[in-house]
Amino acid sequence: MTIHISMKVNGKAVSADVAASTTLVEFIREHLRLTGTHVGCNTAQCGACTVHVDGRAVKSCNMLAAQASGAEVTTIEGLASANGDMHPMQAAFKEHHGLQCGFCTPGMVMSALELKGRFPNATDEQIREALDGNFCRCTGYQNIVKAVKAGLAA
Amino acid sequence: MQAFQLHQPNSVASATQQRAGKDDARFLAGGQSLLAAMRLGLNSASELIDLSKIPGLAGIKVDGNGIVIGAMTRHADVAASADVKRLIPALAALAGSIGDRQVRNMGTIGGSIANADPAADYPAAVLGLGATVQTNKRAIAADDFFKGFYETALAEDELITSVRFPVPTKGAYEKFKNPASRFALVGVFVAQTAGGVRVAVTGAAGSVFRVSAIEAALAGNWSAAAAKAVRVSADGLNSDLHASAEYRAHLITVLAARAVAAS
Amino acid sequence: MKADGIGARVTRKEDQRFLTGNGQYTDDITLSHQTYAAFVRSPHAHATINDIDTRAAAAMPGVVAIFTGKDIAATGIGGLPCGWLINNKDGTPMKEPPHHILAVDKARYVGDQVAVVIAETIEQARAAAEAVEVDYGVLPAVADTATASKAKASVHDAAADNVCYVWGHGDAAAVDRAIASAHKVSTLDIVNNRLIPNAIEPRAANAAYDKSSDSYTLYVSNQNPHVERLLMCAFVLGIPEHKVRVVAPDVGGGFGSKIFLYAEETVLVWASKRVGRPIKWTADRMESFLSDAHGRDHVTRVQMAMDGNGKFTGMKVTTTANVGAYLSTFASCVPTILYATLLAGQYATPAIYCEVTAVFTNTSPVDAYRGAGRPEATYVVERIVETAARDMGLDPAEIRRRNFITTFPYATPVGLTYDIGDYHACLEKAVKLADYAGFPARQAEAKARGKLRGIGFSSYIEACGLAPSNVAGALGARAGLFEAGEVRVHPTGKVTVFTGSHSHGQGHETTFAQVVADRLGIPIDDVDIQHGDTGKVLFGMGTYGSRSLAVGGTAIVKAVDKVIAKGKKIAAHLLEAADTDIEFKDGVFRVAGTDKNVPFASVALTAYVPHNYPLDKLEPGLNENAFYDPTNFTYPAGTHICEVEIDPDTGKTEIVKFTAVDDFGNIINPMIVEGQVHGGLAQGIGQALLEGCVYDKESGQLLTATYMDYAMPRADDLPNFTVGTHVTPCTHNPLGVKGCGEAGAIGSPPALINAITHAIGVRDIAMPATPERVWRAIQSRA
Repeated sequence: MTIHISMKVNGKAVSADVAASTTLVEFIREHLRLTGTHVGCNTAQCGACTVHVDGRAVKSCNMLAAQASGAEVTTIEGLASANGDMHPMQAAFKEHHGLQCGFCTPGMVMSALELKGRFPNATDEQIREALDGNFCRCTGYQNIVKAVKAGLAA
Repeated sequence: MQAFQLHQPNSVASATQQRAGKDDARFLAGGQSLLAAMRLGLNSASELIDLSKIPGLAGIKVDGNGIVIGAMTRHADVAASADVKRLIPALAALAGSIGDRQVRNMGTIGGSIANADPAADYPAAVLGLGATVQTNKRAIAADDFFKGFYETALAEDELITSVRFPVPTKGAYEKFKNPASRFALVGVFVAQTAGGVRVAVTGAAGSVFRVSAIEAALAGNWSAAAAKAVRVSADGLNSDLHASAEYRAHLITVLAARAVAAS
Repeated sequence: MKADGIGARVTRKEDQRFLTGNGQYTDDITLSHQTYAAFVRSPHAHATINDIDTRAAAAMPGVVAIFTGKDIAATGIGGLPCGWLINNKDGTPMKEPPHHILAVDKARYVGDQVAVVIAETIEQARAAAEAVEVDYGVLPAVADTATASKAKASVHDAAADNVCYVWGHGDAAAVDRAIASAHKVSTLDIVNNRLIPNAIEPRAANAAYDKSSDSYTLYVSNQNPHVERLLMCAFVLGIPEHKVRVVAPDVGGGFGSKIFLYAEETVLVWASKRVGRPIKWTADRMESFLSDAHGRDHVTRVQMAMDGNGKFTGMKVTTTANVGAYLSTFASCVPTILYATLLAGQYATPAIYCEVTAVFTNTSPVDAYRGAGRPEATYVVERIVETAARDMGLDPAEIRRRNFITTFPYATPVGLTYDIGDYHACLEKAVKLADYAGFPARQAEAKARGKLRGIGFSSYIEACGLAPSNVAGALGARAGLFEAGEVRVHPTGKVTVFTGSHSHGQGHETTFAQVVADRLGIPIDDVDIQHGDTGKVLFGMGTYGSRSLAVGGTAIVKAVDKVIAKGKKIAAHLLEAADTDIEFKDGVFRVAGTDKNVPFASVALTAYVPHNYPLDKLEPGLNENAFYDPTNFTYPAGTHICEVEIDPDTGKTEIVKFTAVDDFGNIINPMIVEGQVHGGLAQGIGQALLEGCVYDKESGQLLTATYMDYAMPRADDLPNFTVGTHVTPCTHNPLGVKGCGEAGAIGSPPALINAITHAIGVRDIAMPATPERVWRAIQSRA
């Protein structure tokens, strides 16, 4: 069964007829070819697929595209300005070496961004707890915490 | 994921109608358990009925000496609710400890309770606070709602619309997380309610359950020491990769004591 | 120091693309006419394959082709090779049963691939794979390391007792004498728990065949594309190497698990010619759990003999190592060459003997995982050293001080020669950073709060910079272990460097550029690093064993030096001086003692516009390559100190402080080195506290096959680490570097377990030290 969906992705209106079982990440990666959003586990654990739906961080592997129909979706590709200048959170990850292989990074940045405004003076502990939905196998998280702290303050 | 038909009804009546008589149809709330299980092939459905387009199913209202939480209210919204934090802080904290941040942004209270995962957090609050589950058909008392391993009192075409939590005199939830899944290895909700002391345990057995021995001990003496002095039998508790029944039994008293201390 | 040169904290060149979603990982690449593969995997740990019925599956929508093991075997394709020959104690070779790329007669572990379905979409491929009917004859499974050699069932007919080899190393008689005459012998039985690597990017491959050139392109998530090509072409498929291009694009973490030649990509390459279209396969996470090579899995008894002063006189180690169902690429050398040779640790123990029995089991193949053999060795040494201290009533720092090697070079009794180190310096710095002196007060304060506090040490050593090819060859390696580099200077003086190393998180694009920019005296932005493509890079052995900078970096330095040497000749011509009078410094060629000079970019331009050029003596152009084969391993070493606090009610362990002081030799980019240390520590702490791969001992089913059951370290499981360094430059490579990628994973597990056993007063606790295990240990003591 196909279903018609339409949504805004990174500010651009998109619509398509997709199989009802199409997940949001499949729609983003396979249909829209926005491959910055990654799939690390398929079971809503690792968080590499994190995107924002109406401003909330969600795991796009664990959500049907149809559930996001009518919503505003932001992926990692939607953060930098048109001239390529990175969002302050992205820049903070670079400045503080908050990434190594880069695979978990888009999800990590999207999760971190959602904290903006909620934790203005976040402690390390709060940041670590708030990142409980994102696995990183490379960094040991220390520099991610540093980056998020700087990114929230920026 | 296996193919299925998707319905997106805009009323409870049409949702339950679409469900009626179909063994292989499922309601889709936040989908955080169902979709993951379907992707792993642990669950399947020929039809999914997405509840997210039905107006009025989400929201938090103060109602007399209680809080009514709409079935489609996300965990994150319960955790952040000023009303919940003020009246039943233990419930807000519990909601804020479910899964992880992204799961809390999608997962709903109705979905969690209807799924009745034996290690889920919300069932402990529902049973521990003596909440009432409101469906499209009736009101179900917490003590009558959870029936066993992933089993509830809900009929096939019955849909949770809200849950009413009475405000307790005191209440707290202590959770010992499974280090892998972050579900409750054991979670204990303790509360002093109008109907007496209630102690509900999740994660330790096939379904959430009350511990009458600790309730009795706390009824006479609301103290951590009283809770800790109770010996809980390991009989009937889960033994699995993550913990033995004996350890879980031990944790029940430890967590109950901590919850009392925190209440 | 140049602002972007050696020693500077330069932010990474690669970050912009990763942070903006512009990385290109294998699964991001979709080719025209793309098809998708799904593998049919055995649900049984051990079963005969009686029949495979593909008819129903073949009739399903979108199915392009289905192949079974018999189809592949019929084309004369052999199995996957093992890259290292280990001989038994009696000199006979190890057992090497065939490892078919699709199982033919038997499936030997849960997840063993028995057929492949290729279809128009991934959903169609997966649906059809489920419809392939395999008639299995279930056999008893062997799934326990310690008892595999006594099991009734045999994983392979060729190894009826499931023993792959029994290998001995060192002087057994000398050790027996030391034990017999010892003042005290400490003994410990320990298990190094099995781990699943879990790079966050699942393995993936996309293979395409081009009929017009009869050639193949394989995109694959891999750490060493040239080795992948060599093994696949020469040892399995019999395709000439020049007809295969292997591209390892952005790779989302490896940790060893992407070194190996796997069945899946080999099947894809084979099948791509048969279907005439590109075939993509990306593991889902459960496939990763089942089919990635696992790590560790040792069962060991260790004995340490001491004299009355706590000086070590002899050490005996007996290990059973699980290699899984088949020998993966480097499976045989991990529990032998990379293990027993490290058992001296940082200590002047005069006699050491190690015997390793490698066993086949009905489990996923086990191979190198971050540290590979060296974490297992360190765990043995540092656990027994701490235990020995307790048995002797000595302070754990003091027993180390009494036994440290202090003169270099030092030849160990297990075959390595340490070139340099300063173990006392690392220990004393760590003791200071960890405020070891203040521990008793902190312990007392914790006790007052009802908490158990403990502290543990680990003074590890590793052999990195793999490896001198002749040494490796003498020890059984079937490949060289050099590295290749090429420095291509463009006419404008900009530089592209090609390296056989591969970066999958290590930041080569930055670090290597720093090295080249520093040596050539040009801005780092003028240097680009290319890697991961056999079509671009001349050759390479890839990235593992903390070898990239020490070996790959040195190859680049040697190529740079050739560029400078040629540049001097060009400059000499331009400046009308003798070659020998030209100096090169800060990007300028100069006649020594004069102000006559010509900048690097002008020399480069002259090389490509050779109007005024010694064409009679010198070729135009400025492009040099170098192969570098190291003369010794490098020996990073350090001391880690872990302090824990345990809640006796729940058994939960909190790491209150973790201090790591490491000697990596010279450091090119401290920011990146710290990141490598943090990541290694997280994996080591993960092993010690959280992660454990568990098979059902009877059925051989993998019980930890999802993240619901396999505990990955999350941000809130870990502390902030205190890291420091002490530098003794490596003596035998021009950069003086040793390697830093594995140290954290090697040093940390024993420090943590030593801390826990210290806190609760027990001799041993199994890893991962879960709350229940700790709680039970506390109960056992009470």
